[in-house]
Amino acid sequence: MFYREAGQFKTSYNADQAIFTITQDKFFVGAFLLIAFGVVPFFINDYWANAILIHVLVYALAGLGLNILTGYCGQVSLGTGGFMAVGAYASYKLTTSFPELNFIVAILLSGGITACVGVIFGLPSLRIKGFYLAVATLAAQFFLVWLFNKVGWFFNYSPTGMIVSPPREVFGFLVTGPEASPAVRYLFCLSVVTVFALAAKNIVRGRVGRSWMAIRDMDIAAELIGIRPLEAKLTAFAVSSFYVGVAGALYFNVWLGSAEPTEAFDIFQSFFVLFIVIIGGLGSILGSFLGAAFMVLVPITLKTIMVDGMGFAVGAAKHVEVMLLGSLIIFFLIVEPHGLARLWQILKEKLRKWPFPY
Amino acid sequence: MKLKLLTKALAVAAVAMPLTTAVADAYELVIPATVYRTGPYAPNGIPFANGYGDYYKMLNERDGGIEGVKIKYIECETAYNTKQGVECYENTKGTPPSGGLVYQPLSTGITYQLIPKATEDKIPVFSMGYGRTSAANGKVFPYIFNLPATYWDQASVFIKYIGEKEGGMDKLKGKKIALVYHNSAYGKEPIRTLEELSKKHGFELMLLAVDHPGQEQKATWLQIRRERPDWTMMWGWGVMNQVAIKEAASIRYPMDKFIGVWWSGSENDVLPAGDDANGYLSGAFHAAGDNFRAHDDIKKFVYDKGNGGGDRDRIGEVLYNRGMVAAMWTSEAIRTAMRMHNTKEPTSEQVRDGFEALDVDAKRLAVLGLEGFTYPVKITCENHTGPGKVALQQWDAKAKKWSFVSDFYTADREVVDALIKEDSENYAKENNITPRTCN
Repeated sequence: MFYREAGQFKTSYNADQAIFTITQDKFFVGAFLLIAFGVVPFFINDYWANAILIHVLVYALAGLGLNILTGYCGQVSLGTGGFMAVGAYASYKLTTSFPELNFIVAILLSGGITACVGVIFGLPSLRIKGFYLAVATLAAQFFLVWLFNKVGWFFNYSPTGMIVSPPREVFGFLVTGPEASPAVRYLFCLSVVTVFALAAKNIVRGRVGRSWMAIRDMDIAAELIGIRPLEAKLTAFAVSSFYVGVAGALYFNVWLGSAEPTEAFDIFQSFFVLFIVIIGGLGSILGSFLGAAFMVLVPITLKTIMVDGMGFAVGAAKHVEVMLLGSLIIFFLIVEPHGLARLWQILKEKLRKWPFPY
Repeated sequence: MKLKLLTKALAVAAVAMPLTTAVADAYELVIPATVYRTGPYAPNGIPFANGYGDYYKMLNERDGGIEGVKIKYIECETAYNTKQGVECYENTKGTPPSGGLVYQPLSTGITYQLIPKATEDKIPVFSMGYGRTSAANGKVFPYIFNLPATYWDQASVFIKYIGEKEGGMDKLKGKKIALVYHNSAYGKEPIRTLEELSKKHGFELMLLAVDHPGQEQKATWLQIRRERPDWTMMWGWGVMNQVAIKEAASIRYPMDKFIGVWWSGSENDVLPAGDDANGYLSGAFHAAGDNFRAHDDIKKFVYDKGNGGGDRDRIGEVLYNRGMVAAMWTSEAIRTAMRMHNTKEPTSEQVRDGFEALDVDAKRLAVLGLEGFTYPVKITCENHTGPGKVALQQWDAKAKKWSFVSDFYTADREVVDALIKEDSENYAKENNITPRTCN
């Protein structure tokens, strides 16, 4: 009843190639964006911005990046934390070395630098596959974090190796530093993530995205039909790392404000983003968002319910939370191995037939 | 159908999100604590949190709070993770009725995170003997207090102690001193001071990093066995301490030449090594043991009523006492603030003033039932660290007790103050802060 496309005729190629072909989808996405851009900023406070919304947005962007590589091109990567570190340190060096540089440009340049690093670490993917590639990217994770911890130039020789984001403005509004208002920082992240999600959606529908998917599904067959693995794999690494690098720059500059490499970009970071992608749905743009929301919100919700609602001791609540989160992940993967995005798709189909399924 | 139930359950859970109930019949002093009772650093986080919380509970029971106003002590679990620390801070800072009055992050990472944020929110951060050393400069960091001493004070005190044992500071020339450190902002803090001191006294400094969480140190200690440094210092936390002391014992490194930072000197750290840990040294700024009147009060007013945070027989452990002393200075600062501003409802800004005017002398310590527990501390507008004195304590494995083996040394002010000035000025420049004037 809700998702019936009956009566919606496509009369032009443009209509046929639109991202959202069904009116209801257009309406939903439009309304969602309208609320996110037009309503939320008026009600946002420090808690919602720092603990929840910016947190989700940054991880959604990192999830998008990894989804391009793992979900669309089939190359397993455990180096996400390291690539986020590249983005963060690149933006730190850029903003501190060139204070007058526009912050948006700095963010994009850090993405570009990360893309270059990503391509270098993507080179082994031309020879090795699957788990072996995962191990090779794991090397990237450890090497990059070690590098940023070891070489003083990256952290401007600060005595502790911590990097602190200097205050920077975008269109006259502070987006980094403690004085930046939560609404501005949220809107900035939201805008970046929206633009990048839209771009990702279009890339994966186009020629490049299709060549990635061909490589993912069967690389020999893809080669036979004329797709060059070198080009496809390396573009996937480049685009993915670009996204992850921008996510790292936002993570450090807009969200945390300061970071130390061994804690902020450790191996758990890589696993966390991989979980987001797997739970959200491999090969799905929507999945990256759903996965990020799940991985960020479920622990906070569980904690709030147990500690504030049920009066658990904080230590006990944490132990229960870890166990519950683990079982929830297993539960979801058994119920729907293709992730939350697939669940949403099934829900849509059910809504279409509801209330008369037969 | 299952799916619908699931979505409903999720929706309900989402609605039940942070709805802080604002029922306030009487004014209360909210003291949030970012604790870690889970994760790799829990063995050290738990006793500290217990001591910190128990002291406030005791004040509530014995005195009816501070100056007759009850304390509302709330814990938030961080697992020593900076991201969860951010969530905790944002979640607790607005807790009614007073809002978070002061934060004790107990993690260098979270402290760095909070320095700009809390300053903006006008909430004092009391990073007791940890965090950013240069926050000692109150002109640049008006809301950060790191009394009673910093890592840089401590590093210079250790060198003083070593010099004394070697028979004079001039004997340090040509000696080899190793630093085994947690490879993080925390562990790296003392390096710059030690480098300066090595230039000044002519000893050779050997730096050995240990990666988080520190269970793997074989290579580090093999290197120590090969190079045989005359003295070894350690900046460790959590499981790293226990492993290091065990490894040191296994290469038969003389324990009385092995000095840990005050975060590497608790019962938890030495007990796993058994008798081999005998003679191990560590820094300290307060006594160990439960033979003070305040401990008796905690047992009487908290544990006898079944409200204790931990096990009764672990009262008086080093880290428990550290939590207590933190709570003591915090509550005294709040008391000072209430008297200064003549109010029963202090705000976090007033508590900051209280910290800046904090003066806990020997007489006051005696009144609090902590005579000789620590040394007198006086804070001023310029100096947010205070005296910066450190003593050394030694572990007696037979008696299973820590005891002082030195007086409280003062740090090498000449070296440390210059470094504090340099680092805090850099921070001010990077973040466009104009240092305030103190008069």
